[in-house]
Amino acid sequence: MKRREFVRIGSTATATALVGGGLTTRWFGLDRAALPQPGTDGDRIVPSFCEICFWKCGILAHVKNGRVTKIRGNPRDPLSQGHLCPRGAAGAGLLYDPDRLKRPMLRRDARGSQVFEEVSWDDALSEVARNFERIKREWGAGALVLFSHGYGGNWMKHLFKAYGSPNIAEPSFAQCRGPREVGFDLTFGSGVFSPEPTDMMNARCIVLIGSHLGENMHNTQVREFAQAIRNGADIITVDPRFSVAASKSRYWLPIKPGTDLALLLAWMNVVIGEGLYDREYLDQYGYGFDQLRAHVAPYTPEWAYPRTGLDPDLIRRTAHVMAGARPATLIHPGRHVTWYGNDAQRSRAIAMLNALLGSWGRKGGFYLPAEMELPPYPYPGYREQGAPAADRPQPSDYPLADELLTQGLCEATIPGLREQPGVKGWMINGSNVLTSIPNPAQTRKAIQELEFLVTVEVLPSESAGWSDVVLPEATYLERCDELLVPAYRQPYVAVRQEVVPPLYDSKPGWWIAKELASRLGLGDFFPWKDGMEYARERVHAAGLDCDVLQRDGVILGQLQPIYFEEGAPAAFGTPSGKIELYSQRLASLGFDPMPTWHDEDVEDPPPGYYRLLFGRAPVHTFGRTANNRLLSDVFPENEVWVNARVAAHWGLKDGERVYLKNQDGVRSTFSAPVKVTERIHPDAVYLVHGFGHTAKGLRVARGRGIDDNELVTRYKVDPLMGGTGMNVNFVTFVREADAR
Amino acid sequence: MARDRKRYAMVIDTRTCVGCSACAIACKTENQVADGHSRVWIRTLTSGWYPALAMTVRSERCNQCTDAPCVRVCPTGASYYGPGGIVLVDPDKCTGCKACIAACPYGARFIDPATHTADKCTLCVHRLENDVPTTACQEICPTESIHVGDLADPSSEVSRLLAERDHYTLEPEAGTRPNLFYLR
Amino acid sequence: MTQEITSTRANPLIDPALSVWHGEVALYLFVGGLVAGLMVITGLWMLRSSEGPRSRALSLLPWAAPVLLSAGMLFLWLDLENRFNVWRFYFAFRISSPMSWGAWILLAIYPASIALAWNMTPGDLQAAALRRLPWGPWLGRLGQCAMNHVRRVAIVNVVLGAALGIYTGVLLGTMAARPLWNSALLGPLFLASGLSTGAAFLLMWRLDEVERRLLGRADMWLILAEIVLIAAWLGDLAVRGAASRDAAWLVLGGPYTTAFWTLVVTLGLLVPLAGEWLEHRHHGVPGRFAATLVLVGGLALRWILVNAGQASGWAADLAAR
Repeated sequence: MKRREFVRIGSTATATALVGGGLTTRWFGLDRAALPQPGTDGDRIVPSFCEICFWKCGILAHVKNGRVTKIRGNPRDPLSQGHLCPRGAAGAGLLYDPDRLKRPMLRRDARGSQVFEEVSWDDALSEVARNFERIKREWGAGALVLFSHGYGGNWMKHLFKAYGSPNIAEPSFAQCRGPREVGFDLTFGSGVFSPEPTDMMNARCIVLIGSHLGENMHNTQVREFAQAIRNGADIITVDPRFSVAASKSRYWLPIKPGTDLALLLAWMNVVIGEGLYDREYLDQYGYGFDQLRAHVAPYTPEWAYPRTGLDPDLIRRTAHVMAGARPATLIHPGRHVTWYGNDAQRSRAIAMLNALLGSWGRKGGFYLPAEMELPPYPYPGYREQGAPAADRPQPSDYPLADELLTQGLCEATIPGLREQPGVKGWMINGSNVLTSIPNPAQTRKAIQELEFLVTVEVLPSESAGWSDVVLPEATYLERCDELLVPAYRQPYVAVRQEVVPPLYDSKPGWWIAKELASRLGLGDFFPWKDGMEYARERVHAAGLDCDVLQRDGVILGQLQPIYFEEGAPAAFGTPSGKIELYSQRLASLGFDPMPTWHDEDVEDPPPGYYRLLFGRAPVHTFGRTANNRLLSDVFPENEVWVNARVAAHWGLKDGERVYLKNQDGVRSTFSAPVKVTERIHPDAVYLVHGFGHTAKGLRVARGRGIDDNELVTRYKVDPLMGGTGMNVNFVTFVREADAR
Repeated sequence: MARDRKRYAMVIDTRTCVGCSACAIACKTENQVADGHSRVWIRTLTSGWYPALAMTVRSERCNQCTDAPCVRVCPTGASYYGPGGIVLVDPDKCTGCKACIAACPYGARFIDPATHTADKCTLCVHRLENDVPTTACQEICPTESIHVGDLADPSSEVSRLLAERDHYTLEPEAGTRPNLFYLR
Repeated sequence: MTQEITSTRANPLIDPALSVWHGEVALYLFVGGLVAGLMVITGLWMLRSSEGPRSRALSLLPWAAPVLLSAGMLFLWLDLENRFNVWRFYFAFRISSPMSWGAWILLAIYPASIALAWNMTPGDLQAAALRRLPWGPWLGRLGQCAMNHVRRVAIVNVVLGAALGIYTGVLLGTMAARPLWNSALLGPLFLASGLSTGAAFLLMWRLDEVERRLLGRADMWLILAEIVLIAAWLGDLAVRGAASRDAAWLVLGGPYTTAFWTLVVTLGLLVPLAGEWLEHRHHGVPGRFAATLVLVGGLALRWILVNAGQASGWAADLAAR
């Protein structure tokens, strides 16, 4: 070959390659890449409200080709205002959870063996109705108990009332919010309920004592908390753990667990003693100030110091900051407050401190929420009344509880524990009683004694695993539920409607209740055709357009005055008609009329043991989201928070797996990794609640992490309202090697 | 080939961010991110000894660097600068050589198990370039801590925030000139 | 001041530490370096002595270059996550990407190394091959063209070989994200190591005594160069800053220390160096033992660098768990 030829061919080839290569690359920019198009916007966007937790944020569910692609906040909804927490955004993870209950099931082996046979709805419902009738015939309607949690439970509660049983209980009272409702009711004549009327967005000082906002992810609360931070509000956080909220606080008080009441009394002492209270407000609305002044006189910061571990200077300084911002100072009531058995009195102390600073009914404190007027559905009156509530040994026990006590109903199921004839049947709807009611051994014992147990559930929970009949309920995205008419700063009504038809053979709660009712001869209490017709009738009766409601998801009501200064009524439902710093009611019942500190109320951990504290992660709701594949990606397993010095003493390494054993010798079923951290009080360890699942059907959640509830083998019962104080268990570490 | 004058940037307020991960989940569902993978994540940094502690909470993702090492190192041009300087990946050109993943100082990239190509935050370019002014994470954030806008526009919110508040970027010493700014 | 760092990210291959490149890449780096060495050494041989190779082995060994390189490219292809898009490498030339240079260099090496191998093949074997191969006459004309430009072919091989030897070091060296690699010395180090392993590879075969001695001496100097470069590279990392020091710690007390100092430094560099020097002093002929050690050391160096490099990062990139 000639050189010239070679060169010619070679150079032509190279030139072609270069030009061709350049032409087809970014180099010349002629080969434009198409922008990524995930294509998740829905061809149908359906408004509803969420049920992953109990806040009920308004959502917009995007449906594309019949599948829910994503869930966003409804900008029209007053609670969400277009924003959502991670759990609400992960609703599709529940809807499409392959472990969902698909068909009705009947138990085929011993209780707890989780061996079931799929049956038709007809067979399952007939079995339930048969047992309900039999129990009523043999023992009376009161022998049937409903454990309910979540907004979908309203249909079943209606059924039970029609059936004649008063024994309807939600764990959220005795295991969660109950004490603060009682504490605030005794003081202001009103509970705080949900959503709490905390005017954080206008507050200039927020005190969090037993609240971990930011990890407790109630959407609206966190949004207002962020607004307060942006507004430059001072945040004071009291917590044995350096929470996210603590990291954003001006002051973090690392209190010794169990001593919060001492701090509150000391704060009251400073506020009163130094004349920092709202004199005018208390002159106008207060009752019992002089008694309170005398009562808190000994509770000085110096007195509180050895009990709380908090510097007296710090106690004074934070009291000054609080008082300086009044009345726009808000001491947050917290949410889950069943800790030590004196919780109603502690919540009352929080209410009283708010009262001293004049925040109730004031801007930046607690506003008075308003509700839209929607007439209830014109049902016939409940015919069967008079069956006794079975949740307490004597009717006079826990006199301030205005809801039923779940653990009491458990006790009533165990023969021999009570005098009167006990409870024979349970229905569980949307609650996992084995992981929410403390002392699960007793709950299991009660379950063994039952004649009948039916569970209405979405996922194969532990409670479902123990049941005789399991009824698969449709998720909140597949059903219509009771209209939401909350008391909030903006009155409104919201609708929950079917986004996609129920998957598998699951049915909405209204259908299950209606079917049971017709089999029990109670059909006249469910006269409407379906849940939507029920909602429609109510909406029309209120003069509103249901089509608009279904299109927008919400209809807003007229704004009402929510502060005293706007004209909201300054009326207090207390015996004196005023804010009771001294409670006549408590005095007449033989309880401390003002919260009193008793040194014996706090016990120190035994040597080598640490107080078990628990709380929330922002991506999880109790144990119900541990199987959600979207959420478990972010937070698959809880960890045991151990103080770094404690860990060094035990030789525990970060990430090392341990079991926990409590003071009663009960060891956790599974292990969890240790998180060696400076962020926890050396007296305590901390777990996020909701893990350590044992249910066979929860394939993602099973075996991951430690179940804190199985370690809560003892609890202190609040004498005022029966709340179960659960933070009274102490645990030690068992290394994996020693566990074998 | 018109050169974009826009310069997209994201500004996140660490004062209000609580690290709830709503951003991560919104991104997952908006962009159909594969199971077990995330384009957005939360990092916390705690310093001090009990009880004198401080903690920063950050929502992190690709920093959309002006001088992106991933774009520089890509042999096929699959990683490129899109509208407003957003760093994007064209899966048609990606061979999965993973040089971009090794070159990213922030660990922001990963291999998408469905397409076997490099994947990362796209700053929801499909929204920003279609008259939806927010990214999915920005829209959902309950504390309204995330802001996205055009840095080249002095009147934009992001420009205003950076002018008013003390801010930082991650690992500026890596020399990538990130466009994700954290407000202190 | 303690730092607890948590991250919710758990992306496969990224967390808890980067792990995207494994054995395939280490093997390619080794083979590529070896081929680079082969090309440079044989190219230089052709340039310095007009008669060509003395031993039959050396005259045929250049054929190992395209063969081994194909194996290397197979490893590379196996490492790709989106393998069947591999042609995309050749529809682009990205001047900022050493990997793009590499793709084209690898392509160009085929005709260059085949031409050199042809030039060094003894005439009788050339004739025998042309008789057997399909399109013999046409291949013969190509081969003749190569034979007419022996010097040019040799120079192209030296240049491309050096490029092959150095570009992978540059690819890794320019990654600011991986402090262990981030050094301008990595390119020269890879080149020196490549040349050394190329020489060692040649020494494994039955070469002429003169060839052996020359190669042995060259390898000695190359090993010395490697030692100097490694010392400079580590020394530089150790004084540069926190992230670089943490990276250097990986081989200076950390998990890769034993492997590095035994396999790479002692067995891969010092022992062969000593062996070859002794041979040189006593005018002996370097044996296969030292050569094997050099090859082992070269592979170990690549393997350690690939893995330890991914373990190195910037502080904020390392999640606590």
